[in-house]
Amino acid sequence: MSAASGIWARRWQRLRGHRAGMASLVLLALLLLFVLADVPLEAITGIDPNEADLFARFDPPSWAHPLGMDEAGRDVLLRLMVGGQISLLVGLLATLLGGMIGIAVGVAAGFWGGRLDALLMRVTDGMIALPLLPLLIVLGAVDLTKIGFSSEFAHSGAAGFWRIVVIIALVDWTAIARLVRASTMQIRERDYIRAARAAGAGSWDIIATHILPNIATPIIVALTLTVGRVILFESVLSFLGFGVVPPTPSWGNMLNNAQELVTTAPLLAVYPGALIFLVVMAVNFLGDGLQHAFDPRSEQPE
Amino acid sequence: MNRFILRRLLQSALVLLVMSFVIYGLIGLMPGDPLDVMVASVPGVTPEQIARLRAIYGLDQPLMLRYFHWLMAALQGDLGYSRSHSVPVLAVLAPALWTTCKLMLISFVAAVALSFVLGITAALKPGGWLDGAIGLVAFAGISVPVFWLALMMILVFAVELHWLPASGGFTVGDGGFVDQFRHLVMPVTTLALATTGGFTRFVRASMIETLRADHIRTARAKGNPPSRVVLVHALRNAMIPVLTVMALSFGSLFSGALLTETMFAQPGMGKLIYDAILSNDFNLALSGLLFATLITLLANLAADLAYAWLDPRIKL
Amino acid sequence: MSPLLEARDISVQFPTAAGLVRAVEGVSLAVQPGEVLALVGESGSGKSTVGFVLAGLQTPTRGQVLHDGRVLDRAVWRQIRREVQIVFQDPFGALDPRMLVGDIIAEPLRLQRLGNAVERAARVALLLDQVGLPGEAASRFAHEFSGGQRQRIAIARALAPKPRLIVADEPLSALDVSVQSQILNLLKDIQTAEQLALLFISHDLAVVNHLADRVAVLYLGRLVELAPRAALFAAPAHPYTRALLDAVPRIGRKRLRGQGVIAGEMPSPLAPPSGCVFHPRCPQAQAICAILAPPWHEPRPGQAVLCHFPLGEGAQ
Repeated sequence: MSAASGIWARRWQRLRGHRAGMASLVLLALLLLFVLADVPLEAITGIDPNEADLFARFDPPSWAHPLGMDEAGRDVLLRLMVGGQISLLVGLLATLLGGMIGIAVGVAAGFWGGRLDALLMRVTDGMIALPLLPLLIVLGAVDLTKIGFSSEFAHSGAAGFWRIVVIIALVDWTAIARLVRASTMQIRERDYIRAARAAGAGSWDIIATHILPNIATPIIVALTLTVGRVILFESVLSFLGFGVVPPTPSWGNMLNNAQELVTTAPLLAVYPGALIFLVVMAVNFLGDGLQHAFDPRSEQPE
Repeated sequence: MNRFILRRLLQSALVLLVMSFVIYGLIGLMPGDPLDVMVASVPGVTPEQIARLRAIYGLDQPLMLRYFHWLMAALQGDLGYSRSHSVPVLAVLAPALWTTCKLMLISFVAAVALSFVLGITAALKPGGWLDGAIGLVAFAGISVPVFWLALMMILVFAVELHWLPASGGFTVGDGGFVDQFRHLVMPVTTLALATTGGFTRFVRASMIETLRADHIRTARAKGNPPSRVVLVHALRNAMIPVLTVMALSFGSLFSGALLTETMFAQPGMGKLIYDAILSNDFNLALSGLLFATLITLLANLAADLAYAWLDPRIKL
Repeated sequence: MSPLLEARDISVQFPTAAGLVRAVEGVSLAVQPGEVLALVGESGSGKSTVGFVLAGLQTPTRGQVLHDGRVLDRAVWRQIRREVQIVFQDPFGALDPRMLVGDIIAEPLRLQRLGNAVERAARVALLLDQVGLPGEAASRFAHEFSGGQRQRIAIARALAPKPRLIVADEPLSALDVSVQSQILNLLKDIQTAEQLALLFISHDLAVVNHLADRVAVLYLGRLVELAPRAALFAAPAHPYTRALLDAVPRIGRKRLRGQGVIAGEMPSPLAPPSGCVFHPRCPQAQAICAILAPPWHEPRPGQAVLCHFPLGEGAQ
């Protein structure tokens, strides 16, 4: 739509004026290139990041293995790349899924109001009052075969991946829901919504063409910040052994053994954590930049 | 006022009740079965014996009924027996709770103090280089994985420099005040640093907003010295939202404390719950999680009350 | 000639925390094709609510709205949606800040599935020209325009689906005085050119005198007088209409002190007075007025008044 392109072009310009935001965008792009580089690298060198070589445990960096080998004799650099793909993917997917839950709950509560609103907000308040980490740990420890999944699936890498996406999304949607509800209520009574009704718009038309675009700004900012938080959750859970399960690497589970190995191979503990740190920091700065770029006060003409 | 407190108390009690059921159900979904662990070390157990044991322990009853029995017992103060520690659950829980609260409170106070200093400094000249530097530090605090920060602290201060002990609550054979203090330095620093980031941003934002407000301009125009304007007039008004946010973040502080303890092997709730889940100690895991929920609920309740008490616009 | 839109005995009530607000009580009103019907009254008289009911934005609690003799329910509203459009008071809240002006004006066409994209763009260009805005306005945002220009955009949007009636809810009140006459003339020109019916809601009798064919006077949610403009301005039949007219300052006429100025404030629609709702403020109220609700009188053809003692021709 031309309307969208117009406003987005302006926002892009304002974001480009935000130094920290732009720097993080560049950094994120570089990190993305880095984690995706394993595909060509594996093809060229023929090294399998999951292949253990017990004679090469803790090998120091060499030309073939620039960051050396880990405790099972696997290439650290490649594992960092593959693990990064997993961690970033979990971050994005869980954010999207949780965002969808939050937006649905928030719009429903804010737009229709009344009893639906009261019910949904009681549930949201209840969720907010819960200690997230212990809850995530319990959810992460649930035996999937006990809720009807086949044993093969429950112990597959895919199950570990999707389990963590789903549980984080199930737990981390409340902030978005509250934000969306408040924003929806703010604009529900605007005259342009009435005008749309007079022009024949139904509730879904109004939500799609007027409500969602007008609340998109805070949602995008909040979702960006959620990505950072989700990546942290993933790393914690995988680190504690309740998230992505080896041999599938993730930045979190690569740190799993690092604690005991901190005297033998300290760098194994440094790399994945530093990458998590960098990504989350960049994402948070980007969120800050977006907030600046989308600020309605800066969208008014001077 | 009393009605407000009563309503919030009832709400919290309801959430706790619902959560106890959810956690009870989820714990049942964890791998293994209480009986498996018990009979694992006994050779030659027959299926008939297992069935009889299941009946004795009530494991063959439907979930709702088992939950109801557990709830009745729990309400009378009987939280069951911890299998991994071989003592009643409460006997393990109480000291762990104390350790965690100690860690949380000290870190919280440190984080509040630090964030006020940093936040106010940054707010004095928004956009200045000091503001930028503090912003960077604050972002780092928000973005750093707590467990990794702990790991790095251990790496630097314990492994490389040998300044501080890496784990535990005290040294066996010592245990004096200085020794306990040395063991707390790294956990507290880790948790406080991770918490300060978010707090600093709130203090800064709130201060900037307040300094822009009309009555502050009036105070300036009346010729009050700048330090007085900032510290007396602005700070008082900036406090309300900041304190609320800080109290409300007790939940995430708790999550942080759980991680920090696990990392530094402090005998607190976090390590307790973590070990209980790993060793299939169902009773202990269940009670630990419920206490975690209870603490979070109480902290939120306190935050609400404090907010209502501080903000005259809210009538109780 | 059958009326374009007819309200039959409509009432609108809003439940609030303080009680039931009776915003509109038993209003019957017909809009004829091509006429300008003005709806006047103080703020809180329910005139906007009547407008919303006639524009299909508010479902009446009681009573019916008829279109060409058909009772309007949701299904029928959907069919005749394009015939009734609305222009709001505040041109800043009435235009979606996220949409380009062209998309705003084309929205009714898009929703009604009138024409394809090219045809709609052509119609938008035509409409912009008609309301006196340059064609390039279509590719700009509403906030780039002044209040008067925004009201022109809102009028263009209302005109887009070729309606038969436009409900204009105080379209001038939010505008600068210098702009008001421009927009007033624009509305008048368009109404004449397009043979539109206009339901013009206003509290400004001078404007109404300039524009209206007939005038309906509302007080506390009740219709109290309905008359052709000339008759109403020359010989108001309701004491309230008279008071409103006397409150209008006119050049060449001295304001009559103490006479006709309405005493007191409008009573709360939560607890309307008994009998005639105007009696507490009415200069010629009698005992009966406080007890019995007045009947309709027709002092002159076409003029209807809800009063026990309508003002006669010799009253002034």
